[in-house]
Amino acid sequence: MEHVVFYFFAGVSVIAALTVVFQSTAIYGVLSLIVCFGAMAVLFFQLGAHFLAAIQVIVYAGAIMVLFLFVTMLLDPESERFPSNRLVKTTILALPVAAFLALLLLQALAESWPTLDVGQEQTGRIETIAAYLFRDYLLPFEITSILVLAAIVGAVVLVKRSD
Amino acid sequence: MDLEYTTLLPEIILSLSGILLMMSAPMVDRERQHSLGYPALLGIGTAFAATVVQWGLSGEGFYGMVFQDSFSQLCKLLFLFSAAAITLSAMSYLEREKLLHGEFFALLSFATVGMCLMASSADLILTFLGLEILSVSTYILVAFREKDPKSTESALKYFILGAFSTAFLLYGIAFIYGATGTTRYTQVADFLSSASFYPLALALGLALIAVGFGFKAAVTPFHVWTPDVYEGAPLPIAMHLAVSSKAAALVALLRIFYQMLPDLSQQWEGMLSISAVLTMAVGNIAALTQTNIKRMLAYSSIAHAGYLLVGFCANNASGVQAMLFYLFAYALMNVGAFTVIQVMARDNERFLSISDFRGTARRHPYLSAALASFLVSLAGIPATAGFMGKLFMFAAAIESQHYTLVVIALLASAVGLYYYLRVIVLMYMWEPSDILEPAPVPLSAKIVIAIMIIGTFYLGIYPKPILDLASEAAIF
Repeated sequence: MEHVVFYFFAGVSVIAALTVVFQSTAIYGVLSLIVCFGAMAVLFFQLGAHFLAAIQVIVYAGAIMVLFLFVTMLLDPESERFPSNRLVKTTILALPVAAFLALLLLQALAESWPTLDVGQEQTGRIETIAAYLFRDYLLPFEITSILVLAAIVGAVVLVKRSD
Repeated sequence: MDLEYTTLLPEIILSLSGILLMMSAPMVDRERQHSLGYPALLGIGTAFAATVVQWGLSGEGFYGMVFQDSFSQLCKLLFLFSAAAITLSAMSYLEREKLLHGEFFALLSFATVGMCLMASSADLILTFLGLEILSVSTYILVAFREKDPKSTESALKYFILGAFSTAFLLYGIAFIYGATGTTRYTQVADFLSSASFYPLALALGLALIAVGFGFKAAVTPFHVWTPDVYEGAPLPIAMHLAVSSKAAALVALLRIFYQMLPDLSQQWEGMLSISAVLTMAVGNIAALTQTNIKRMLAYSSIAHAGYLLVGFCANNASGVQAMLFYLFAYALMNVGAFTVIQVMARDNERFLSISDFRGTARRHPYLSAALASFLVSLAGIPATAGFMGKLFMFAAAIESQHYTLVVIALLASAVGLYYYLRVIVLMYMWEPSDILEPAPVPLSAKIVIAIMIIGTFYLGIYPKPILDLASEAAIF
């Protein structure tokens, strides 16, 4: 049963991700990205990372994708289509590179990977996350605020320029 | 392991100063926004003093997340010194160009915080965050020349390519984590020294991390953005890109490769020496044909990244020492050269074509002499800091038998002589093309140029002080 659920949602996420790339209408691309994120959330849930699954749905599939949708609608991407002869040229260049990377990736994935030793009852609990967030990774967590602050100041500066 | 706040004292001071600058910008008159440079200088100076006071202290802080050692401290001194010089030259620049946004100094402070974190980080996640703070602040700073569409264009180019390279870096970090189960430098190194075989994922991670930092350091084949972005960016920010941002990327990569992946040194030495040869060749040859001095210096900065990689490939303590010394020398001469050009370019950066430098020695005898000495130092002629830097670097590479690399580096420097000397010849041996009043030289620019001149010749004749500090910092 577990395997069936995994392969189903893994398949859904791969197909949705491919749709994002190959879909020529931008809105459909954004919608398939939401499907992809939703399927990923199920995979996280299966791994026992319940908190991460919830965050994935709320933050990514919810908040961020709504913003994406708005921006896509405002920009009217239909008016700017990719010239098709350039598409052929880039595909010819991209295929060998992609094939090489895929080979490398398959090779790397075929090896044995170390697994993290976390008990099923521990993961996903708010306590475990808190220990990581406010102890081991306290500094990256705090430093992210400087990153966000720089981005906000930057956005304000860029908007103020126009007047 | 404990929470040792003081290990990050300079960063904390600088972050607070940045936040205060940001909050005071709306309260200062629009016409006087450039004077926010003074409090910015105070913040940078305090952080510098804190680093000097802490010199020699060592340990770990924030539960093993950061190192406090002489390497990170010397790098911080370098970043803070360059940040102070850039702030000082930016003050008169912002006033002249009427770019009335005091946030410039806040963003520059944040970028410096990011660089300092990259130098002291003990974990890939923190290194990544430091790089992002540096990048995000720099994207905005590049777009600061609001009246010139080129500035916006170059910021957009830098942003899109930068985001792309960040994705590569993050992917590499994920591979390292997957292969070893940790992102902490020392733990990865422990895992590798006891591993019986190296998974391929590790090699992928290594290559992708090199791509991510190679982009920021403008190393071939990831250098294509450099001339366009330098050309559009405000001159003080071109200075920041050429000096600080490049140094931070190389220093972080040094820490990762020397401290986390010493067991894979054969792999990365090969990879980086190929890149070093390409970088020196592309940088020096492309610089020959440039007609804009900003673009010429952009290619020259690519070439210098190549020389620095020669020291990197040496993979011994004297290589690290030589790299750190060279970064100081490079900061002195590059900040100096960019400041002179900033004064000579006049308002709206009008005179930036190389032919505009014809006969400037008549109009600006002192400035031309200063620019000539910085260019001579960049070319690596004896009695200047640039020569000493190259000497130590190539000696370190010979120590580890990288003879071919050194021969190629010497040939590349010989090619480089041509385009540096061409500007000097234009300044001294040609008639001025038009009659212009001498450009006004603000006091802050005079101070910066004077310090850089003294530094360039002092290190060229008596390199011992910085060399001693660098040898103390070469801890790997």
